[in-house]
Amino acid sequence: MAPMAVLKDATAIVGIGQTPFAKQLPETERALACRAILAALDDAGIAPDEVDALASYTMEETDEVEVAKALGLGGLTFFSKVGYGGGGSCATVAHLAAAIASGQATVGVAWRSRKRGSGPRPWKNTTVQLPTPAQWTRPFGLLRPADEIAMLTRRHMHEYGTTRDHLFNVALACRNRANQNPAAIMYDRPLTREMYMTSRWISEPLCLFDNCLETDGALACVLVSAERARDCRRTPVYVHSAAQGLPAQHHGMVNYWNDDPLTGPAWTAARHLWKHADLTPDDIDVAQIYDAFTALIPLSLEGYGFCARGEGGAFTEGGALEIGGRLPLNTSGGGLSEAYVHGFNLITEGVRQLRGTSTAQVPGAAACLVTAGEGVPTSALLLRN
Amino acid sequence: MLTPVVDADGTPFWEYAARGELRVQTCADCGEPRFPPRPCCPHCRSFDHEWRPLSGRGRIWSYVLPHPPLLPDYAEQAPYNVILVELADAPRIRLVGNLVSEAGARLDSVPADRIRIGARVQAVFTPEGLPQWVLERP
Repeated sequence: MAPMAVLKDATAIVGIGQTPFAKQLPETERALACRAILAALDDAGIAPDEVDALASYTMEETDEVEVAKALGLGGLTFFSKVGYGGGGSCATVAHLAAAIASGQATVGVAWRSRKRGSGPRPWKNTTVQLPTPAQWTRPFGLLRPADEIAMLTRRHMHEYGTTRDHLFNVALACRNRANQNPAAIMYDRPLTREMYMTSRWISEPLCLFDNCLETDGALACVLVSAERARDCRRTPVYVHSAAQGLPAQHHGMVNYWNDDPLTGPAWTAARHLWKHADLTPDDIDVAQIYDAFTALIPLSLEGYGFCARGEGGAFTEGGALEIGGRLPLNTSGGGLSEAYVHGFNLITEGVRQLRGTSTAQVPGAAACLVTAGEGVPTSALLLRN
Repeated sequence: MLTPVVDADGTPFWEYAARGELRVQTCADCGEPRFPPRPCCPHCRSFDHEWRPLSGRGRIWSYVLPHPPLLPDYAEQAPYNVILVELADAPRIRLVGNLVSEAGARLDSVPADRIRIGARVQAVFTPEGLPQWVLERP
């Protein structure tokens, strides 16, 4: 049997949970993590003491010991943390899927809890944020992720004619979906083209609305074998294919020192993801694509094969990313307009779409692509029902 | 202003820069330049390297104009430019820097409308040994 046949549809997400999202929540990250995980286990109908695997991000401040002892989890036989910030989101589920499919564990929980809304901005801590390769960037005032991605954005505009209207199409699609989602931070705040075009700059060519929210919140999901999933109370959402991606000579968000900086980790993850799937990009009904910045969407659309290189901007035209369009995008509002919790809300929304319970449901959705951050070592999932 | 927090591999770059020289780490066996500096050549896996002097010429590959919120020393100069310079002698290496009117000038000393992708630039150095870039044809 080929190695990846072990993973294909072998596991399913059977529970999702989250806290409210807000600019500021009173509870600690640890308490929020516990609430999200308990909500996900309750959704699955699985008792906490059955959990034997955990996965999260290296940037997650609440470690496995704290989670396990606070929630009374069972003995853990698998625990994993994935690096590179938002690039690790889908990999948390992928690691659990591999662990369960290979018999290392039976009930896995992945989570992310973050007070990015009320906590410090990471880029302001100059002592922590100045390891290499920052010696090559930060003294010159390339300080924030927005600056680093704006550099690639400008080049994409120059080479391929990508425009601010293309980026607006991304921001608008996410905002329109958030306007349908009462849990979204931007639920009651519509976006217009005029608001977008006249908003303040953050790092030209990226404006305020090209940047994700700053949110307090936590989310979690529960993974079990496909066999067990059939007995759970919710429609199983199968992990059809999963991949991480770290291309040769990639340098993280400052990927400036190789042949082609615009061919990012999405391309590497995509090759593996589709190679081991029964699906192609044409089969995808809805996508949850990591959107810390609008410009990551054109880059990801190209990387995951929804269009050719350079066509990611043009792909957004004609309402392609809206409900009823070619590829409905980030249907809970995404990081741009629902909540920015390192992309974990994209995973839970992918699950809702395949359960048929999204607030912006794509009729008959049967396959969803979920991606982690492009521009850093990344990961992706193909989910199906 | 933030100063480079240097690691062992990067130290020679900054030592040469302090003398007004732009050099990149280059494999002593296969001759491939590499950046950022690292212990081993990714092409031939040799650990032997040298620091090759460059002409200091390049072209702007891309640029951004950061606006606040920024760290105070940078906010005071915002909007300023940060450019990415494709080196004439090593095109795969694109150095992050600032386009300035002359060595040591402020980060906003060149008007934004003078910045173009493809423009030819030349390396200069601040008194503190930080490389900057000036337009070949201002």
